[in-house]
Amino acid sequence: MSGDHAIGTGRLLRWFRRGPWEGAAMTLIAAGIVMLVQPWSIDLYGYSFVTILAGTLGFVIVSHFPE
Amino acid sequence: MLSSGETYQNPQDAMTALIHPDAPVDRIGAEAPFRAMKRVRSLSDRSIAWLFVTPTIALLLAINIFPLVWMIRLSFTSLNLSMSYLPLRFVGLDNYADILSDDDIWIRLQTTAQFVIATVALEVLVGFGLALLINRQFRSHSFWTTIILLPMMLSPAVVGNFWTLLFQPQIGPFNYVVGLFTGIAPSSFSMTGEVALAPWTIVLVDTWMWAPYVMLICLAGLRSIPDYIYEAAEVDRASPWRQFWSITLPMVMPFLMLAVLFRAIENFKMFDMVNLLTSGGPGSTTELISITLKRAAFEKWRTGYSSALAIILFVTVFGAANIYVKALNRVKQR
Repeated sequence: MSGDHAIGTGRLLRWFRRGPWEGAAMTLIAAGIVMLVQPWSIDLYGYSFVTILAGTLGFVIVSHFPE
Repeated sequence: MLSSGETYQNPQDAMTALIHPDAPVDRIGAEAPFRAMKRVRSLSDRSIAWLFVTPTIALLLAINIFPLVWMIRLSFTSLNLSMSYLPLRFVGLDNYADILSDDDIWIRLQTTAQFVIATVALEVLVGFGLALLINRQFRSHSFWTTIILLPMMLSPAVVGNFWTLLFQPQIGPFNYVVGLFTGIAPSSFSMTGEVALAPWTIVLVDTWMWAPYVMLICLAGLRSIPDYIYEAAEVDRASPWRQFWSITLPMVMPFLMLAVLFRAIENFKMFDMVNLLTSGGPGSTTELISITLKRAAFEKWRTGYSSALAIILFVTVFGAANIYVKALNRVKQR
């Protein structure tokens, strides 16, 4: 039982590693900033703040994940 | 001797009682300050740390966090300070929706982005070039480093004012020098007053002021490259050009990225210098988003709307700052 539990925890830890999640959050922030200042589509501009906010909150959360 | 419950008038009496117990001074009062000292000593390191940090935290809460929370609250209201007698009305996300569908704000953000891209690109080119020159360790290079760093040390208000004077079409030396080289009459053009020239004017002044900062960071990067790498490259007969592309540039790149991110964040918030130079004009050619925010808050008095705009800008800068800190940590790990 404890072996299964250890495997489960190991899988969880592997899934919630900080590196890739931080990368994804930073990509979201960068995409949001580009959407905010791009001159082509006002729809993209309209969704930019939500994107930046999601990226920033995501970054704050995932920076507490284990390495 | 003093009777029980009384204390000494001065600490010297207390000290005398401790050193000379037979002296005619009261010992009960003398023990009072020592009891307090003993109590402090009995505190754990953690408690003492909290004791020192608490005033700073209280100050931060009062002058940073409280205004931010208050501004978030205001951003959901229709508050207009020119009509503050009206009751405060909760409007939900209306202010945010207004801003994120406003063509004018969108154009101001594009102007800001153009300003950021132009200034950062020029600052990196000039700053990196200067760093390569200064890194050659020629005679009196320390003197020239100091001279180059001078603009960075000036206040943006001072820079804005004296460049306004330099750009004066009638008496300013800038137009005179341009006239000398091109043959154009000095008073026939105005750097801050013409639609085609004003954006380049603010780019020029910002580059003049902040290229030295980029130079400083690049210089730190260049000095961190060990000499033996270049020596090995010379043994392999690598040309100076090849050394630059294969050694210098890759090793300075993290520092360069740091400078780019920092300058981009700072220029996104740029207000004082541009406000003094052009005030966003002519028309709204150089109106950066920070100037739009100031106008909405303190000229139109749309407090709720401007609070929402300020929150949008804050979240954008905060997000960019997260990326900046991450890049900084990567440079530290090198």
